[in-house]
Amino acid sequence: MSLLLDIDHVGKTFLQGGLLSRRSIEAVKDISLQIEVERPEILSVVGESGSGKSTLAAMVLGQQLPTRGRVLFDGVDVASIRSRADRCAFMAKVQPVLQNPFEAFNPLKRVDRYLFATAANFMTANGKPTRQEIEARVDRVLVEVGLTLAEVRGRFPHELSGGQLQRTAIARALIPEPRLLVADEPVSMVDASLRMSIVNLFGALRDRLGLSIIYITHDLATAYYISDRIIIMRKGEVVERGDARTVLDNPQHPYSIALKNAVLTPDFA
Amino acid sequence: MQTEALLHTPKAASEPILAVENLKAYYTTKAFGIDRDIRAVDDISLTIAKGEIYGVAGESSSGKTSLIKTIVGAIRPPLHVVGGSVCFNFEGQAYNIYDLGPDELQTIRWRHLSYIMQGSMNVLNPVRRIKHSFFDFAFAHMGLDRATFWDKVREHLRRLDLDPGVLDSYPHQLSGGMRQRTTIALATVCTPEFIVADEPTTALDVIVQRDVLTMLRDIQRDLGSSFLFVTHDMSVHATVSDRIGIVYAGRLVEEADTPTLFRGARHPYTQHLVASLPKIGDATRRASLSGRPPSLADPPAGCRFHPRCPLAMDICSKQVPPLNPLAPRHRVACFAVSGATS
Ligand SMILES: Nc1ncnc2c1ncn2[C@@H]1O[C@H](COP(=O)(O)OP(=O)(O)O)[C@@H](O)[C@H]1O
Ligand code: SF4
Ligand SMILES: [Mg+2]
Repeated sequence: MSLLLDIDHVGKTFLQGGLLSRRSIEAVKDISLQIEVERPEILSVVGESGSGKSTLAAMVLGQQLPTRGRVLFDGVDVASIRSRADRCAFMAKVQPVLQNPFEAFNPLKRVDRYLFATAANFMTANGKPTRQEIEARVDRVLVEVGLTLAEVRGRFPHELSGGQLQRTAIARALIPEPRLLVADEPVSMVDASLRMSIVNLFGALRDRLGLSIIYITHDLATAYYISDRIIIMRKGEVVERGDARTVLDNPQHPYSIALKNAVLTPDFA
Repeated sequence: MQTEALLHTPKAASEPILAVENLKAYYTTKAFGIDRDIRAVDDISLTIAKGEIYGVAGESSSGKTSLIKTIVGAIRPPLHVVGGSVCFNFEGQAYNIYDLGPDELQTIRWRHLSYIMQGSMNVLNPVRRIKHSFFDFAFAHMGLDRATFWDKVREHLRRLDLDPGVLDSYPHQLSGGMRQRTTIALATVCTPEFIVADEPTTALDVIVQRDVLTMLRDIQRDLGSSFLFVTHDMSVHATVSDRIGIVYAGRLVEEADTPTLFRGARHPYTQHLVASLPKIGDATRRASLSGRPPSLADPPAGCRFHPRCPLAMDICSKQVPPLNPLAPRHRVACFAVSGATS
């Protein structure tokens, strides 16, 4: 069994305040979690705001280094990556899906330019890519998410619908041909129909491309619907974990139970 | 309009507190010297009764925020009103928002309306104690002496189950949920007759969300205010709204009492929306609609849903289906629904 991602007893402490009134905040305490190469999956991470979900995501993405423990990707300790080339190669394999596409895209910049720039950045393995190569890659990832280059060519963000932007953000993440996506609250702003089409897309990417996806969300219902495994976090700790349906059908930890009970259902009284 | 007002006046047969008629508001942007219109609010008519909670649903970019900005007169370029009217009725007095001078509009907004904007949860000044935010925001508009003003603020906080001690805190000392609730207390301290809230709980975790919704409903009940409540989240509507209007690509496509909307929706988009709601305990596959919501810069002709609609007919790409009454308090804009083609 080889591991794609190995989060090994990881912790992260932030120091806050000035010299005299330092206090430390343990955002993540001793979390371990593995994803196997051979078993691509959607792993949901749920929990209240401030429970450490985004800090965990930042460590997986290599944007922050753990204070304790190690994050290994393909067997390599992320903290040990030094050279620019290695760093680039790592970033290509683990891609974030931007949180809110309405903020992620610069309103004054055409969406296709942004995709071309990303492609030019990552397609450097065989020297500088040609214009055609870049366009072909961008078109391919757009088709992967159910769009076409023709639909987004020359468009500014406000000229696209919310659904088109959301998909474009996922297409952008697919450009470097990653193995793991980290999606932090990708659906908090969208209606149920669009939300389901995005999580269905996640399912398709897992099945078709063998991608694994860490899906950070407040939405327990879509987590139930799409994910293979779930972890429930509170105050930097994992309070419950397991098969998503088993955990949500029958939560054991008092916090998981409270969380499930607070979910509003569309069956009104 | 006469019949419509009658049809949509629930509860007491009171005058509607809000009547929106044929409202159109577009963003006009210039690219390469060419004006381009984004038709974010396109011919919307609705009424809201006194004491009613009217929910507006629809996905992001469908025009919800633009609609309510236009309703409360909080628009600025490039958004502008192209046609229609917005009329409030406060204490027997009619106010046509787009006939008022800027000063009058300000007075109405302060005296009768409270608008909790999307993403406004950080209006509390981060470097000052919360009492200063209350003072700056409300004192000048309430016409009370200081002592009475603070009594009123404390009473309002207690009514909302908030410890008046929060007034002496700094925003960063409160949890996210407390901050959110304090912000709502601030927005409603002038006891408005009409509250407008745009996605007030989006991106909150479920436990905080539940607290905030309970609080909003308590305020509405205590003050007897009317409430225009915008969210894309149908589960929230199911819990809060008396009546729901569904917006698709800038147009109102269906409107009904909440139970009717969930059990007997007739517009194909609403039907799909309700059917696609995920639920814990139910992992059956939900189909995605084909295609995507249109861009409002270039919406399809006729019914804007026609490229994705399983029932689309010839007429659907040529004519705009009117939003017609199907039953009392149930309006649908669809050629395939009998009764809607009069
Ligand atoms: N400042 C702006 N300039 C141009 N277009 C805008 C602006 N703000 C919003 N829009 C466009 O108006 C449409 C409706 O947006 P909005 O009212 O915010 O929808 P919602 O609140 O339902 O998400 C979208 O196409 C959006 O891109
Ligand atoms: S009017 Fe036509 S296209 Fe529009 S929803 Fe009805 S059947 Fe579908
Ligand atoms: Mg909005």
